[in-house]
Amino acid sequence: MSEAFDVGRWRPAPFLPERESRDVSLIFVVAVLCFLACLTAMGVIAANRAAAGWTGQLTGEATVIVRPVGGETPDAAAARAAEALAGVTGVSEARALEPAKAYDLIRPWLGDVSDLADLPVPRLVAVTLDPKHPATARALGQALKTQDVDAVVDDHSIWIKDIRRAGDVVRWLGAGVFALIAGAAAAVIAFATRAGLAARRDVVEVLHLAGAEDGYIARLFQVRFARLAGLAGLVGAAGAGLVGAVLRLLGGGEGLTPALPLAWSDLLAVVPCPLLAALVAAVAAQITAIRLIRDMR
Amino acid sequence: MRYGRGPDVLSDLSFSLAPGSFHFVTGPSGAGKSTLLKLVYLAATPTKGQVRLFGHDTARVTADTRPRLRRRIGVVFQDLLLLEHLSTFDNAAVPLRIGGHRPAEYRADVAELLSWVGLGERMHAMPATLAGGEKQRLAIARAVVNRPEILLADEPTGNVDHEMALRIFRLFVELNRLGTTVLIATHDQDLVARSGKPILHLEHGRLERRTAQKPATP
Repeated sequence: MSEAFDVGRWRPAPFLPERESRDVSLIFVVAVLCFLACLTAMGVIAANRAAAGWTGQLTGEATVIVRPVGGETPDAAAARAAEALAGVTGVSEARALEPAKAYDLIRPWLGDVSDLADLPVPRLVAVTLDPKHPATARALGQALKTQDVDAVVDDHSIWIKDIRRAGDVVRWLGAGVFALIAGAAAAVIAFATRAGLAARRDVVEVLHLAGAEDGYIARLFQVRFARLAGLAGLVGAAGAGLVGAVLRLLGGGEGLTPALPLAWSDLLAVVPCPLLAALVAAVAAQITAIRLIRDMR
Repeated sequence: MRYGRGPDVLSDLSFSLAPGSFHFVTGPSGAGKSTLLKLVYLAATPTKGQVRLFGHDTARVTADTRPRLRRRIGVVFQDLLLLEHLSTFDNAAVPLRIGGHRPAEYRADVAELLSWVGLGERMHAMPATLAGGEKQRLAIARAVVNRPEILLADEPTGNVDHEMALRIFRLFVELNRLGTTVLIATHDQDLVARSGKPILHLEHGRLERRTAQKPATP
């Protein structure tokens, strides 16, 4: 036997059913999109940091290739170059690399050759620049010229340009993928709103004829889909956060993601996802609902 | 008035309903009774001519004004239009919620009205579990719950027994006494005859005014 109806405890039921079978598939699709969006966001942040790190390392250093002049030994030429460079403003340290280091650098190209010592391998001077006010390649070249050292200064500017460009490409690519995913989520929600409105035409009709404004009816759908998308965003963000945490635990910048040094703070990128998903859903549902309600008139 | 490129459903119609009046709309099926009511409750606009409601031309009513006008009208739809996922009580309370009233203001009134139409024991029931007559009474309760200025009813006694039909009719009369303008489309000739109320008879899309002839009491 059913319980007696208690008028005093009655609370208005929502005009739209709280749960519908199609909600599960909508939540799943939006959650997957949010998951991908969060992974993209974390990837972009990590790539950004990687590019900044590489650029920083390259801008902080210069390499000088020294060729001996006259009867001077290569080691003496390198030592003289290092001495000349150490006195330049904006240079923190200038150090002539031991021949073994230079051999190590060219070994990948020539292989493990036993008579490597007989080759005329140029000596290298590693210059560490002042990170705040680094010396320019021109200033370094000028200092070497003054000391009559035959040398070529490589300030890594060619690489820096490429790395910066690569960093920009990754950033824009990430932003593009993120925008695409957000657009896809909005389209899915708009489609779901349309389907929801079609399925709940009875509610729209009754409320309309009872004198509800278009905005009132649209808000019902807006709140409903924002709530669903928020929930889906939470699921997607949690999934992406979990994957990020696992990647970080398995090595961060050295383990599974050497090219993308993931930091714990990058996981915070998933935090706004549920709110953003709810916002996108609210806007998409509002626009779709208003348009459809006007068509229904 | 016509739908799309179809024939005229109503033509050469001219009448006015004085505030506080009570009329029946009669006529055979397809005569345009429901269309006439739709024109009044703003669910249709005339293809030609003019319908004036509360001083507004319905074809020119703005989107902002339309809901306000609709809130002043109670409608018993022929196909009832009950919301299947809401309880009897929630269905009856729809116009009051739309009107922005707080539950505490109307709970008791809704319960009293539902009891009056014989649904006092079915307030928690979902429409799918209600009998045809119960659904109809619920639709009537929803139409009158906010004491509308105009009450339109499309075959409101189609699924109820004679006794309930009379009871519902008395409810309409009572509302009419309180100032509500009533317009009822019906096939129930007996009810119309007993009422003694004026009749707008539709046939072939045209309107004829008639007066009910009260049957002689045996």
